[in-house]
Amino acid sequence: MAHGPAKGFTRWLYTTNHKDIGTMYLWFSFSMFLLGGVFALVVRAELFEPGLQIVEPAFFNQMTTMHGLIMVFGAVMPAFVGLANWMIPMMVGAPDMALPRMNNWSFWILPFAFAMMVSTLFMEGGGPNFGWTFYAPLSTTYAPPSVTYFIFAVHILGISSIMGAINIIATILNMRAPGMTMMKMPLFVWTWLITAYLLIAVMPVLAGVVTMMLMDIHFGTSFFDAAGGGDPVLFQHIFWFFGHPEVYIMILPAFGIVSAIIPTFARKPLFGYSSMVYATASIAFLSFIVWAHHMFTVGLPLAGELFFMYATMLIAVPTGVKVFNWVTTMFRGSMTFETPMLYSIAFVILFTIGGFSGLMLAIAPADFQYHDTYFVVAHFHYVLVPGAIFSIVAAVYYWLPKWCGNMYNETMGKVQFWMAFIGLNVTFFPMHFVGLAGMQRRVPDYNQFFADFNMISTVGAFLFGAAQLLFLYNVIATIRSGKKATAEVWENPEGLEWTVASPAPYHTFTTPPPIK
Amino acid sequence: MLISVNRLIVWLFTPILLLFGNVSVQALEEAVQRSTWNMPEGVTPISQEVYGLHMTMFWWCVGIGVVVFGVLFYSMIVHRKSNGAKASNFHDSLGLEITWTILPFVILIIMAIPATSSLVKLYDTSESDVDIVVTGYQWYWGYEYLDEDVKIISRLNTPQDQIRNEAPKGANYLMEVDEPLVIPINKKVRFLVTSNDVIHAWWVPALAVKRDAIPGYINESWAKIDTPGIYRGVCAELCGAQHGFMPIVVKAVEEEEYIAYLAERKELATKIKELANKTFSLEELMVQGEAVYGQACVACHGVNGEGGVGAAIAGSAIANGDIAAHIDIIVNGSKNNALMGAYRDTMSEVDIASVITFQRNSFGNKTGDVVQPIDILKYKQDN
Repeated sequence: MAHGPAKGFTRWLYTTNHKDIGTMYLWFSFSMFLLGGVFALVVRAELFEPGLQIVEPAFFNQMTTMHGLIMVFGAVMPAFVGLANWMIPMMVGAPDMALPRMNNWSFWILPFAFAMMVSTLFMEGGGPNFGWTFYAPLSTTYAPPSVTYFIFAVHILGISSIMGAINIIATILNMRAPGMTMMKMPLFVWTWLITAYLLIAVMPVLAGVVTMMLMDIHFGTSFFDAAGGGDPVLFQHIFWFFGHPEVYIMILPAFGIVSAIIPTFARKPLFGYSSMVYATASIAFLSFIVWAHHMFTVGLPLAGELFFMYATMLIAVPTGVKVFNWVTTMFRGSMTFETPMLYSIAFVILFTIGGFSGLMLAIAPADFQYHDTYFVVAHFHYVLVPGAIFSIVAAVYYWLPKWCGNMYNETMGKVQFWMAFIGLNVTFFPMHFVGLAGMQRRVPDYNQFFADFNMISTVGAFLFGAAQLLFLYNVIATIRSGKKATAEVWENPEGLEWTVASPAPYHTFTTPPPIK
Repeated sequence: MLISVNRLIVWLFTPILLLFGNVSVQALEEAVQRSTWNMPEGVTPISQEVYGLHMTMFWWCVGIGVVVFGVLFYSMIVHRKSNGAKASNFHDSLGLEITWTILPFVILIIMAIPATSSLVKLYDTSESDVDIVVTGYQWYWGYEYLDEDVKIISRLNTPQDQIRNEAPKGANYLMEVDEPLVIPINKKVRFLVTSNDVIHAWWVPALAVKRDAIPGYINESWAKIDTPGIYRGVCAELCGAQHGFMPIVVKAVEEEEYIAYLAERKELATKIKELANKTFSLEELMVQGEAVYGQACVACHGVNGEGGVGAAIAGSAIANGDIAAHIDIIVNGSKNNALMGAYRDTMSEVDIASVITFQRNSFGNKTGDVVQPIDILKYKQDN
């Protein structure tokens, strides 16, 4: 038996243990999730009624921007990396991540990056106010002085993500137990492997675009300044070349999680394992050739418009395959509905609804009406909240007993699920309507025409927020006490993680497990 | 069919709406008629086509959703452990998997055909009858009728007290402007969209026209309106603090009325030019200046000149110091802050002179200076 964790604070500061680092990622991500959520509630509170009540337009823009940045880079991405850290070594039968010291570093630079980014809110001129997509020249020539801090924060986040991705690829390719062939790997491992390649491909592009901004702002270049011969549309091409794969970075690991949970509670093997792998790879490939569907109104030539419309529509095919596979996995199973399963089923339904609006948005002529309205806001929240957030919460409920050795309170879990489910739909469904009726994104005030649905959305948002506090309580209560979990936790779940004790020992698989 | 769906939605949301205050069943009924939850059909051939595409896509999605969710809910109800369902063990079916790869592909092709034909029409901006340059500014719109020598500036004219909840809101709250864009019906009107500062987007839902206004670019779009009326739109691309406060109003009129409008604008332009040589009294300038301030300055500089997004005018060094510097920052914009743009081309000499006079003699500023339009004209020629 190897030695246990060090004592005190240095355990966390110096740790190279994948479980400790995974835990830190998850707690960090949850705290960012709450912070980003508070920003969202400021936005929703201002939009409760027409007129300016709570915040000024300038601050409102900082809230929408910070909400987006924090949720994307602070909540969703670190949560998936945390889950990868905890689960991938256990799933492939490895003792730890391949590069444990780098693992420590890629986590510990994150809090500094976010401290830097959030501190801009207290600076002269305020924080980033140009939307999470930070289109130039609003984010360069017209930006508040604090934009430089934002740029360096993004650089650090990028470095962290790239190091995390390298580590995950190295672990998966080199550390699998003998007999764990690629096509035997759990789908969570597969989807993360593909995600990690996406990260390595596009995070440098993001770093490039923010560096060009930095040059424009401080060193007199004119990459994005039309007055100096530059091109504001170039910014959007580069940004979305990063941005579109980025949205898949936030959803592919979710596919893996759901593909682990549904078979467990349907008591039936996952339908179409290999087609799931191929579909994930196809989605990843397509993600590189659809970026300009975010730019249908910038004045692309007709041929470009058509190409990006067709390519975008194609994504429906592999995504459809995945949804059909999950549904077929449940078909003729023997289902029970514990909290992780409830979240996973909600994922399948709501993500599909988000996929439908995505298909509508792909139709370029119709997109001229949808673009930059609340319809788009509804669309990407329907894919991201039930997609990324629900899958992460499902993963926590599913693996928490393995992590801490205690069973969570099932009743509280179910109550929490229904609060989140109802809150989400009440918040985001009406946004489809106001968007179609003509309300644009990123405005602090609107005509009374849109008032009813906005009020409903705000009520839903606060319910959704309350559900997260209950989730926090349930998790803490589970860690502190609770019924002891067995090694298997669930009924015949598949995967190596269930062959070790609950809680998982500090060091697992110091000798490789036999693979059947 | 659509109406019944709308009714259903109202039904679903009624309890929540009634619970949270100031909405009545009548308001809901009214909402049904105004269609607060769907895209407008609009008043151009393109907008109606786009609406048709939107609804076609919607029903495809509903159809697919019914099948997929139907199977899902069937399994959830029938194949549950508590019903004694025994799990089967199948996990592959090549035929099934090929079918549900090919079938969606075919459906996508069926969807793409009408979408392609609409897009081609939407992109055909040739052979226009009227050409209008639309320019986005932080935070208002400029319209120039090409070949007509008519330029107008169109600003939000919802009073601040409505925005600040100190007065009841009008029906067109935040959707009203001082000078609407007047265009003729049954004519192909081409919009050439550009920007003076950051990226904006010119969007009028009833025309299905949304084009980004990008500095250094001229984007084209067009509309042929079949019904006279007033159509309202907004800036759709985040463009800074007042992004939500730069609406668009298009007034579509019969051709005779359009011609008369152009003549009237030309006459007005000549009159404004003449006025630049006239000398005004302090009182006249103050009255006009207050009106201009309320339209162009108040959003950033505050109702009492206290500042906000922009610098304070009350007690400011510029408004109490050298007149030339004060004229310069309004005519040419601020050199230090891109948010304070140049008003050289978007405000008349009379308006600039009166707003400067107003700022120098209001909010506690007591310079007693009177700036005349001719001063501005001279300044513009020299600087």
